[in-house]
Amino acid sequence: MAIVERPTDLLALPSGGVVTQSPLGVFARPRAKTGWRAWVSTVDHKKIGIMYGASSLVFLVIGGLEALVIRSQLAAPGQKLLSADLYNQVFTMHGITMIFLAVMPMGAAFMNYLIPLQIGARDVAFPRLNALSFWTFLAGGIFLNSSWLLGGGADGGWFAYAPNTGVIFSPSHGMDFYAIGLQITGIASLLGAVNLVVTVLNMRAPGMTLMRMPVFTWMSFVTQMLLVFAIPVISVALFLLTFDRLFDANFFNVSQGADPLLWEHLFWIFGHPEVYILILPAFGIVSEIIPVFARKPIFGYPFMVFSGIAIGFMGWGVWAHHMFASGLGPISVAAFSVSTMFIAVPTGVKILNWMATLWGGKISFTTPMLFSIGLIAMFTIGGLSGVTHAVAPADTQQTDTYYIVAHFHYVIFGGALFGFLGGFYFWWPKVFGYALNEAWGKVHFWLTLIGLNLTFGPMHILGLQGMSRRIHTYRDGYGFNFWNAVATVGAFVIAVSFIVFFINIVRSKRAAGSLPAPGPDPWDGRSLEWSIPSPTPEHNFDDDPIITQLDDFWHRKYAEDELGRMVPVATAAEVAMPGDGSRSHLPAPSYWPLVLSLAFPLVGYGVIFNMAIAGVGVAVLLAGMVGWALEPPDDEDLPPHGHDGHDGGGAATEPDVAAAVLEGVSVGD
Amino acid sequence: MTDTTVHVPVAEAVHGHRSATGLSNTKLAMWVYLGSDCLLFGSLISTYLLLRHRAVQGPGPKDVFDIPFTSVSSFVLLMSSLTMALAVASIARGDVQRNRAWLATTAMLGGVFIGGQVYEFTTFYREGLGYTTNIFGSAFYTLTGFHGIHVSVGIVMLMSLLVMSIRGNLGPERAEAVEVVGLYWHFVDIVWIVIFTVVYLIP
Repeated sequence: MAIVERPTDLLALPSGGVVTQSPLGVFARPRAKTGWRAWVSTVDHKKIGIMYGASSLVFLVIGGLEALVIRSQLAAPGQKLLSADLYNQVFTMHGITMIFLAVMPMGAAFMNYLIPLQIGARDVAFPRLNALSFWTFLAGGIFLNSSWLLGGGADGGWFAYAPNTGVIFSPSHGMDFYAIGLQITGIASLLGAVNLVVTVLNMRAPGMTLMRMPVFTWMSFVTQMLLVFAIPVISVALFLLTFDRLFDANFFNVSQGADPLLWEHLFWIFGHPEVYILILPAFGIVSEIIPVFARKPIFGYPFMVFSGIAIGFMGWGVWAHHMFASGLGPISVAAFSVSTMFIAVPTGVKILNWMATLWGGKISFTTPMLFSIGLIAMFTIGGLSGVTHAVAPADTQQTDTYYIVAHFHYVIFGGALFGFLGGFYFWWPKVFGYALNEAWGKVHFWLTLIGLNLTFGPMHILGLQGMSRRIHTYRDGYGFNFWNAVATVGAFVIAVSFIVFFINIVRSKRAAGSLPAPGPDPWDGRSLEWSIPSPTPEHNFDDDPIITQLDDFWHRKYAEDELGRMVPVATAAEVAMPGDGSRSHLPAPSYWPLVLSLAFPLVGYGVIFNMAIAGVGVAVLLAGMVGWALEPPDDEDLPPHGHDGHDGGGAATEPDVAAAVLEGVSVGD
Repeated sequence: MTDTTVHVPVAEAVHGHRSATGLSNTKLAMWVYLGSDCLLFGSLISTYLLLRHRAVQGPGPKDVFDIPFTSVSSFVLLMSSLTMALAVASIARGDVQRNRAWLATTAMLGGVFIGGQVYEFTTFYREGLGYTTNIFGSAFYTLTGFHGIHVSVGIVMLMSLLVMSIRGNLGPERAEAVEVVGLYWHFVDIVWIVIFTVVYLIP
């Protein structure tokens, strides 16, 4: 990429004033619309969403391979595929990869792509900050996984209980990579959360009141609010761990008077909201899919919204149910036991509302619908085993057994991932302009469902028989052999199901040319993203949509006849926007988010290995912030366009120089 | 159908705003970020409260704290909130000269506070309280260090505004930039009131 010297640059301010600046030498303004330059410099929420999705699938494959290694090791008693030490690393990295690098960013992919479309906005509130979030996440993910090549992965479990994570018990650099890597992905999540909260609050199209927002946008908003408040808590915990390990602080040093419960509290105050961060976007996705394929509006829309908000609030009051075995005392245990049972109520409201939506509907069992119904069933199984954890005496029997492993895989795989897989099939035509093959999709669904139940169903039994988690092998004669073998077979069925998924993507893309294009609205959808062409044009909406009711787009297609029945009054093609974009105003692409994101792993490697590298990282950070601040958000060399991007519906309010400085500074601290 | 057929008058719906909340994106983002920062300091302060009396060796809080000195530096920081408010007020009425003066004063008062913190840290270190000496030292330096970094970042933001103002880019039409930095600055001051109270004053 060329670096050009520009002795003087004219900076156009939103006020209309013109300023002379002399940047230190900036990148040539990226203008490519295709090719790798268009991707690395993009600030378009749709491209960023696609990159989130692609990265999350890559990390899902990595985490899945780690799972296969674990199941191979446990297929029979006394296997020696992995040593105890390597097993610790593999299961820890499996957990971190799946939670932080696969499921969370998969949710971010849907949220980035869909929130602006569902609220009728041109982009998110801060497009460049959005790009920075993505690149920082990717940098953190690569940083975490690079530990395999630099002395071994993290080995303390994803919850990393102190003092097990101290230098004495975990002498490799694995836990350093854990602490700093998750710090980096936390920065990415926090920036993304601030951005999307502002987007939902501020960027809604005219008439799009909060209670007209689609349920997916609502659940995403709750998720982002949880991230805003949960990330700083894990940040503090990770800082303390980093300082202990690298700078000899005493936070978790028991011989210096430390209390190891401090880590458990900080971790789970983050960790329990985190499980709702994983699941709520998937709940939102099925709340979009089920009404479309049951051909009924969502049952009890306000209850769906408020139960999501209730989960968001109550999620802060249940963290200590992860710690019933740690000796909290009877009052704490009783209180958290009750609050944990309580949180099942709003979740149950959601399950019942989905079923009431299905009731009496004209259901078509497409692949997205199958995954959504699969989520309802599988998540209910996981939810019920979760309620058994709320019963503290039972939980003390279940703690640290495979019963827990069964529970959280049913809710994260059978819940969150099922929702996302359904979402892939549902929105694929909107994103890429061709649909995934339904027959292959159904094979994918049934294989996933069978594989999930074969793998994790037997773990309930193993756990109740007393098989411990996090043990690298087991002896013959305990009655564990059969169900472990079944679980291993199930894990490979899941692997085959994902191979089917990837084959389906390739085949569907190849077949796309010979099939008719899906058009703007292939499923007879209800929300705004179906009112624009597929794939989504770069500028989203030609004009700001004007919203008059919930499911506004659907009501433009259907109206009541004299008997009160809903009858079609217009086709989607008639009411959809043509996509000519005459009034569009797009923020200019930029390389600076990518440059700035590189600073974080450099600082990370530096504090672990050599402070000189950290110095380079800080230099990159400062240069990135200065470059970002001095680069005008709009491309001053392109001809001005006769548009109104600065007034309707909250369009291009990309931060100006001062705001960019603020953003950059907020990033740095 | 559960959908009602009540329609909002289109004219009302068309009356679009730049922002649905009435706050600009930048200011709203700062509020959201400050909400997040509350939890950051909340976690750090909780950690400190848990650990401060658990040191098994080395000096404890009573052995090192110099409350009169820290009271003076706290007073300086609180006065910087006053000058920050004056900076916001002056740019709102378009008084660029006064705005520059108040921005510079605020940054300088912040600098005095940071200088006081550096002096305090070196004094404590000479009295035998290093970062690794005991658990009180680790918790104290981490909490106050995070606050010091926040103040320093605020000073950088103030200096950026000052440079913009000197270059003529900070007129009354951009008063909001000053206001947003002001939000951050006041937040950092409020956090210090809490830290000064629970760390220094409450035994």
